[in-house]
Amino acid sequence: MIALENLPDAHGHFGPYGGMFVPETLMTALNELTAEYAKAREDAAFQKELADLLHDFAGRPTPLYFAERLTQELGGAKIYLKREDLLHTVAHKINNALGQILLAKRMGKKRIIAETGAGQHGVATATVAARFGFECVVYMGAVDMERQALNVARMKFLGAKVVPVTAGQATLKEAINEAMRDWVTNVRTTHYILGSALGSHPYPMMVRDFHRVIGDEARAQILQKENRLPDLLVACVGGGSNAIGLFWPFLNDESVKMIGIEAGGEGISLGKHAARFQGGKLGVLQGTKTYLLADENGQIQLTHSISAGLDYAAIGPEHAYLRDAGRIDYDYATDDEALHAFRFLSQIEGIIPALESSHAIAGVIKLAPKMTRDQIIIANLSGRGDKDVAQAAERLLK
Amino acid sequence: MTNRIDQKFAGLRARGQKAFIAYISAGDPNLVATRALTLALEKAGVDILELGVPFSDPLADGIVNQLAAQRALEAGTTPRGVLDCVREIRRESQIPIVLYTYMNPLYAFGFEQFHREAEAAGVDGLLILDLPPDEDSAELANVGNIKRIRLIAPTTPPERIAQITARADGFIYYVSREGVTGEQASVATSLDERIAEIRKTTSLPIVVGFGVSNPEQAREVAHAPDGVVVGSAIVKRIAEHGKSPDLVERVAEFVSPLAQAVKQA
Repeated sequence: MIALENLPDAHGHFGPYGGMFVPETLMTALNELTAEYAKAREDAAFQKELADLLHDFAGRPTPLYFAERLTQELGGAKIYLKREDLLHTVAHKINNALGQILLAKRMGKKRIIAETGAGQHGVATATVAARFGFECVVYMGAVDMERQALNVARMKFLGAKVVPVTAGQATLKEAINEAMRDWVTNVRTTHYILGSALGSHPYPMMVRDFHRVIGDEARAQILQKENRLPDLLVACVGGGSNAIGLFWPFLNDESVKMIGIEAGGEGISLGKHAARFQGGKLGVLQGTKTYLLADENGQIQLTHSISAGLDYAAIGPEHAYLRDAGRIDYDYATDDEALHAFRFLSQIEGIIPALESSHAIAGVIKLAPKMTRDQIIIANLSGRGDKDVAQAAERLLK
Repeated sequence: MTNRIDQKFAGLRARGQKAFIAYISAGDPNLVATRALTLALEKAGVDILELGVPFSDPLADGIVNQLAAQRALEAGTTPRGVLDCVREIRRESQIPIVLYTYMNPLYAFGFEQFHREAEAAGVDGLLILDLPPDEDSAELANVGNIKRIRLIAPTTPPERIAQITARADGFIYYVSREGVTGEQASVATSLDERIAEIRKTTSLPIVVGFGVSNPEQAREVAHAPDGVVVGSAIVKRIAEHGKSPDLVERVAEFVSPLAQAVKQA
């Protein structure tokens, strides 16, 4: 068996998944990006600049926080939260945005584009574009703009142009289509900062690498605090960037189990959820071969989740591979379970989680009581919930 | 085994003519209209038909073709329906037909199965927008006598052009500008050089597409390549007249001067 950490291959394949399924108009840009990233990865000056920015601008390292009352309340495993919600721009997305803006600078690009679902990646991208003086255009589904109005305003204050996308169901998938169309048209001047471990090679690999700092820190922190590795890692999975970032540095630690929580929406029936491993099938979407939700004719299906950041029809290709390999398990949390977790964590720990991260907390609520008190869980608290307060209030406070 | 695409280019070459290739989205406004449009387009001078098999997420296409695919899907168009439509067309016409689509509908159908059924229905070529030659594999190999049409872009570097043409069949489709499909006011000027560069690597016919919308442009573009593709401009007329009883006449009226301009170039 190929060591898990040696993936993907040179063309971005994670076993049968991944690859570069894009129009010829994008191949040259992707090949250039792949080559430049390979150089940057080995370049100590690049890595130093990134590490300094992560430390001084983004606020790394983030704490690994022992959630004492949550642990007591659930009565099982000891629960730690990796506090990515405390980062600048209040979610893990800034890790990748900083890495990619440095690459864009190396490549001499003048303009940045991005897609965003919940708006967290859009805010992170607008932030780094402002910090480095790039023109920035963010594509966002019109439905998501409505449910994440706060983030739209943040992006605008940061100087980004936010372009509403009204095609299809007007959420993340359509925003990615539009960003890719923009890139096809402006490829010589523009870098596309894709925000999840999705799409064509090199994005799934590169985005993972920029987020592995989450798992690297968590691993060192738990060893320092507990002098042992955790038994279980839990993270929510839309495209899967925060999950792969936490999980990846633990892949070779056989005793550490991992579970990714997908969005179960209103329950597992076609068009009502975004849990690709519940009824999804192998296919190709937006540059990558992976599990996705499509009908029998291969048309991509509508998805639903209360969380805009998880509301996407395909899962990152490395997740599909690691699931096949038996290394990561996947479950899902429904909208109601996520909302319950949102309120529960707020009231018991004084931490309002993002609705995305609330799915991971819902997983913890389900799993921790089944574990023993000497076992340890690390859950990725990938973002904070201020952006979701209005939406949650509508469902919970009425 | 001969293929209608090869025969068509051989015939055009013998007469010293260029090919006029029309793109329409199958099923827009419905498959009955697609059949009637095909027959009318052939009469209007179209040499090869590119027929879009609609996909929900056509990321290489501009808004005009995207909306056409959406209308086709709303009308209930499926890959199997498109193959049935080709079978119907074959009762009356031998116009070479290239299907233009994306990976996922083929994947859902069964990649090999689709090739076999398409060939049986009378399809001559297949252009899969999101399948670059880099992803060629045993699983995604061409099957039977269907020509795998390949794209070359303005950004494609010379060494890659040779790699693509080595794996191409039928003809080479050169995208004459950066961007998604759609009309534009002026077409690329460095075209001759690029065509010459591609010719060094292949004896296949080269056609140019993306952005041609009027006879003047068609004539201007047509002198260097072996053919010209017009897509969005036609699709736009179909969108405008989709519900009208004279849809077919209106589209034929629009296409006829374009086809003549290309043939006279």
